[in-house]
Amino acid sequence: MRPPPTIFALSSGAPPAGIGVVRVSGPRAGEALASLVGRLPEPRRAVLAKLRDASGALLDEALVLWFPGPHSATGEDLAELHCHGGRAVIAAVEAALALLPNTRRAEPGEFTRRAFANGRIDLAEAEALGDLLAAETELQRAAALANASGALSRQVEAWRERVLLLSAEVEGVLDFSDEEDAADLPECFTWNIGALAEELGEWLARPRSERLGEGFRVVLAGPPNAGKSTLFNALVESEAAITSPIAGTTRDVIERSVAIDGVPFTFVDTAGLRATAEADAIEAIGIARAATELARADVVLWLGPEGEGPEAAWEVAAQSDREGFIPKPAARFTLSATTGQGVAALKRALVETAREALPKPGEAALNARQHARLSEAVAALARAKALSDPLLVAEELRHARLAFDRLVGRATTEDMLDTLFGRFCIGK
Amino acid sequence: MHSFDVLVIGGGHAGVEAACAAARMGARTALVSFDLDAIGAMSCNPAIGGLGKGHLVREVDALDGVIGLAADAGAIHYRMLNRSKGSAVWGPRVQADRVRFKAAVQAMVRAQANLTLVQGEAAALVLKGGAVAGLELAEGTMLEAGRVVLCTGTFLGGVLFRGEERFVGGRIGENAAQRLARQLREAALPMARLKTGTPPRLDGRTIDWAVLEEQPSDDESWTMSPLTPRRRNPQIFCAITRTTQAGHDAIRANLHRSPLFSGAIAAAGPRYCPSIEDKIHRFGDRDGHQVFLEPEGLDTHLVYPNGISTSLPVDVQETVVRTMPGCARAVIVQPGYAVEYDHIDPRALTPDLQVRAIPGLYCAGQINGTTGYEEAAAQGLVAGLEAAAAALGKEAPQLDRANSYIAVMIDDLTLQGVSEPYRMLTARAEYRLRLRANNAATRLTGLGIAAGCVGEERRRWWERREEVRQMFHVKHSQKVHARELAERGLPVRRDHGEKPLSEWLRHDGVTLDALAPWLAEITALDPLLAEEMAEDAAYAPYLARQDAELRDLRASEALPLPAGFPYAEVPGLSNEMVERLTKAAPRTLAAAGRVPGVTPAALAALLVHARRRQAG
Repeated sequence: MRPPPTIFALSSGAPPAGIGVVRVSGPRAGEALASLVGRLPEPRRAVLAKLRDASGALLDEALVLWFPGPHSATGEDLAELHCHGGRAVIAAVEAALALLPNTRRAEPGEFTRRAFANGRIDLAEAEALGDLLAAETELQRAAALANASGALSRQVEAWRERVLLLSAEVEGVLDFSDEEDAADLPECFTWNIGALAEELGEWLARPRSERLGEGFRVVLAGPPNAGKSTLFNALVESEAAITSPIAGTTRDVIERSVAIDGVPFTFVDTAGLRATAEADAIEAIGIARAATELARADVVLWLGPEGEGPEAAWEVAAQSDREGFIPKPAARFTLSATTGQGVAALKRALVETAREALPKPGEAALNARQHARLSEAVAALARAKALSDPLLVAEELRHARLAFDRLVGRATTEDMLDTLFGRFCIGK
Repeated sequence: MHSFDVLVIGGGHAGVEAACAAARMGARTALVSFDLDAIGAMSCNPAIGGLGKGHLVREVDALDGVIGLAADAGAIHYRMLNRSKGSAVWGPRVQADRVRFKAAVQAMVRAQANLTLVQGEAAALVLKGGAVAGLELAEGTMLEAGRVVLCTGTFLGGVLFRGEERFVGGRIGENAAQRLARQLREAALPMARLKTGTPPRLDGRTIDWAVLEEQPSDDESWTMSPLTPRRRNPQIFCAITRTTQAGHDAIRANLHRSPLFSGAIAAAGPRYCPSIEDKIHRFGDRDGHQVFLEPEGLDTHLVYPNGISTSLPVDVQETVVRTMPGCARAVIVQPGYAVEYDHIDPRALTPDLQVRAIPGLYCAGQINGTTGYEEAAAQGLVAGLEAAAAALGKEAPQLDRANSYIAVMIDDLTLQGVSEPYRMLTARAEYRLRLRANNAATRLTGLGIAAGCVGEERRRWWERREEVRQMFHVKHSQKVHARELAERGLPVRRDHGEKPLSEWLRHDGVTLDALAPWLAEITALDPLLAEEMAEDAAYAPYLARQDAELRDLRASEALPLPAGFPYAEVPGLSNEMVERLTKAAPRTLAAAGRVPGVTPAALAALLVHARRRQAG
């Protein structure tokens, strides 16, 4: 087995910044650190040191840390160089590192991949780290960080322990029925199963982590010339564009993904569609698409005549600056995209609503795979609660444990292989 | 020089099964025992079977072993434990007359073809290039064999404790055995110490049976082995009594005299079968503990008081016994005692029970840290089959956690090791819905026939049974309308439509008896098989779900971890995990997942590194 190459990368934000943290991981990390600093510092202790390249030229004065494997973030030997964050400094340090044998710049996600491959993180944490790498907004990052730090794994472990205790009670009844102590299940047994199932159910009801990638979906709808496109532009123009995983703009539907206050949004303009009966065949397709969009929307902004929009749509009275403006008595927002009046209030309301509908920052969220596994556990607990034969109760509890084990990658390799090869292209 | 394919040392339950299994496979086998007349002796409780253990007996029997038939030959009391629970956890148990049981074992051993009995003391292994080449007996005889199965129970460093008394024991306490023990120690096999104990034996004539609650043999007709057509011996009853506060007080006052508490015995004992002093110490609030008074035979007055295993001094034992109802005048014939002994850490064995460090040497039974006749017999069977298969270039039956308790036990032992004497429990078998005591023949006898370890009589029985099983399948697929069931008073809705009988058997309240109008005729052909098939039908949805789980498991089993896998080189594994994995040497990633303490993150690391190695 050839030793893996040693990798390095700037692991803090793009320069220029106050401080730039360069990480070096792999078998030559210690060598790399020693060559820059002149010696290997004491493990796990921050040391101020002068960094020099091979010719002895001073690169920077930096805080350096040395983490010998396996007790490091990646499981390998790991060095951290907290340099001054100027572009030139970082470039010079990276150039010096690149000269070392079998050492190269890290590919995206490679530190995470190594941490997973080296047993430093489990499946759920690895998935979250994948999300973290893909995160573009603050909210995405915060949620991914919560999962990546093991919040979900710890929660699953706690649930697993509780099911194990319940299992132990049933097994006691099954295997030690001749002992007087373990003749029957305690009265609270069924109640306990129900309480656990309910707790899991609350997690299932939480917003899923994919929602963060997709963004909160806002669809602008209304008859032609109601001011949809102007409002659409006003909403997205000044905001930071982000990549949307959803298929791009079509002839009929324009969509744009932006982050407002760190919350990911996808705005959809159904411009060009006449939601009228006399539409021709091509437009009919467009209308069908608009209907699909309306169904997928988290919020519909209705710019048409009051009461004629889809159910639960937000009534918006646009073009308030125009002459002949017809006010909507029940309008939630009255605004003018041209003058900007009222737009900020709409944005604030959207951000507030979206924050509720998307995973909370710092709170672990489930992805589709994790959701499916947790659903299996809930279903098994529900069946266990309804059964009276302790043998079958035990089987259902075992099934719930199996679902937990699969969630964190303990039970079988199937989930693990999917993640490994789907996300991290390991093993090539 | 005598030459054999397989040598078995020891004539206990493990040794007998090992020798007979190897001989059935066609290997030229010798059983070496210090005392040929002691072959088949029951050293402790005269009971065979029980929860989990009954499964093992039926499985050994399904592979044409000895213990099931011998149990029937000696049985004087039959009881199906857990009868009120689902059939997967029923535990067939018999109490056997010691004399009749031993006679049956001796008869079978002597009748076994390919098996030579050798009376003598095993002195030392003959090793060639580190592998087993034969055995040297104490009087100098050399027996040549490439496979030796060690079934010597607690012969390594056994010490008996009774109150303040100590006896250095073990049946082979002579100088000769010391050489064999030294060889094992020199091989640097990992050893640990365990303890076990027995209760005092009582004279049944001094017990006032009339005042005690009787526990009769159940009045059914099942037997341990299907080759035993009917129960043979007169059936006796047991009685139930209990310890009392006065007895507990005596124990508490003398705890310091028990070697368990004085510190003389440091080794771990079985948590599920604690000594009476342990029970009092740990569950002090209880006013009494149940004790089953079990007669040891038809021709003896000895009674085994199940539940008061103890190492207290004799005078305290007497007080405890005499304060139990019905035992005021009871006489102790032989006091109870505790035994502390060395065992091999079974993680030093491969799944065929071969010692990794000494090719050709197999270990089975108590030496591997287990307790119980049934556990010993099952290991003996596996070691015998594997040793014979290896010697003859054959394949032993493929046992795994999804087809037998035997494999569950061996997998547990070789991957997890033991921290207390290992006893089978149904909770250990994750696929227990399919591993029922009553379907052992369906699960295993076919595998045994294919491997060549099943004799003519059982083969014919099984083939006939398979024919009937096919008939059941046909009958079960017959469709019956809900209306017809409802008309006969069964609790089903008339609008449930037409379904095969097998599906109706899953409905609450639709039992085999209830379906008699359709199934009575075929049930009469084989009532026990009818029950088994009805249970299969009832459990079918669970079994189907397990099938999916097993497919996943097989995928993990397809990823091998080669022998000597360098766990220490996998970064990120803690030292403790490296140690556990190195000791257990799991053969596949799935097995690694069953090694205790291996975390999901560690499994991911193993997966990646194993695949990298596979890729070259």
